[in-house]
Amino acid sequence: MSARSTLEVTRLQELIYDLKIKEIMQCDVITVTPQTPMQEFKELLRLKRISGTPVVEGDRLVGIISLEDLIKALERGEMNAQVGDKMTRTVKTLYADESVVQAVNQMARLGFGRFPIVNRSGQLVGILTRGDIIRGLLRRLQLNYQEVESQHYRTSHLFEEIVSDQTSLVLRYRVQAGDFSRGGTASSHIKRAIERLGGKPPLARRVAVAAYESEMNLIIHTDQGGEMVVEIQPDQVHIVVTDTGPGIPDIEQAMRPGFSTAPEWIREMGFGAGMGLINIKNCADEMKLESAVGAGTHLEIWFRFSPPTSLTGEKKEEDLL
Amino acid sequence: MDLRTVLNTLDAEIVSRQADLQQEITSGGAADLMSDVLAFARPDSLLLTGLVNPQVVRTAEMAGIRAIVFVRGKRPPAETIHLAEEIGLPLFSTRYTMYEACGRLYAAGLPGHGLCHLYDQTTA
Repeated sequence: MSARSTLEVTRLQELIYDLKIKEIMQCDVITVTPQTPMQEFKELLRLKRISGTPVVEGDRLVGIISLEDLIKALERGEMNAQVGDKMTRTVKTLYADESVVQAVNQMARLGFGRFPIVNRSGQLVGILTRGDIIRGLLRRLQLNYQEVESQHYRTSHLFEEIVSDQTSLVLRYRVQAGDFSRGGTASSHIKRAIERLGGKPPLARRVAVAAYESEMNLIIHTDQGGEMVVEIQPDQVHIVVTDTGPGIPDIEQAMRPGFSTAPEWIREMGFGAGMGLINIKNCADEMKLESAVGAGTHLEIWFRFSPPTSLTGEKKEEDLL
Repeated sequence: MDLRTVLNTLDAEIVSRQADLQQEITSGGAADLMSDVLAFARPDSLLLTGLVNPQVVRTAEMAGIRAIVFVRGKRPPAETIHLAEEIGLPLFSTRYTMYEACGRLYAAGLPGHGLCHLYDQTTA
């Protein structure tokens, strides 16, 4: 095992030890009282799709009852009994501020599927099942994985390891006219690319929104679709969107908020409100729009951040986080 | 506010297969115009809408929206659900109208985005 992966395993173990029960437990606990009839308890299990509940009297935990207790009562024809007669009285609880590892160990040792969780003053605050633990750990692992992944793919790595006088990464996307249902696929990929290269969420968002509006314009307004070319450099993202027609007769008019030539069916889909070009302009640091009827439209947008801090850089506070 | 609270406040159903109900949202917005969503929505917010086509999911993805609530009991088509599951965006459906769904969430403490203007996103 390499030094790096050993380090990562250790970090994962730390995360799991760090995870507290209160972070992954279910807080809204379904409970019954000792006076609840077994019949009612059975219905509760069925309706809520659970396999047991804590038994409380006021805010005091007095027992725990499970599917197993219910089956025993069924076998003996004792469904008229009350929960208080059938429950387990000695309840093993865990504290909300204990580590999840504690819960895992106790489950393995005692063979219980669930633990009521109490705070330090003994009040019931939650319940923890095996499913909660698995979900909690997976979520934590996923978060950790995303962090590790974004660190691996930092722009600084890519752009610093490859030496040239001017390095850039170029992404090309072909967008079909009228392909409404696939609209946004290119922009989604562009957004992910910026994120993976280490662009902070606000920057990724600005680029994504502008790219998406441009992509929808190609789908809604062009005869034959068009092309989006995204050039990512250490200090800027440059997007060029081109099509072959029909072209915009009056650019000033097209830029006016609310002006739209979109057909009715597009409006019904929530688009074509005459805000697209304005949105693009507001997201970008610079925008250039040229068009000729019969020839097509050429849109260029720039997103800038100052070198040498690159995509993760510090110029725009917005782009930081 | 976490998504579980949203779900309970709106008596909503989860439409997408998986939803992390502990996820936090910081504000909410409602619109049927996707361009408005792109122009005015804030990151980490909740979107309420009456539209159910897949572009609603795409719009949310681009705008950094965390979850979508469909109002008036609308159920999205399968392609919308598939796309949402692919990118891990939770979808909910509530039988309240847009007005009442917004009102309930606002009363429960979920703020809106404040006074809006077509702000320049590069300097905000």
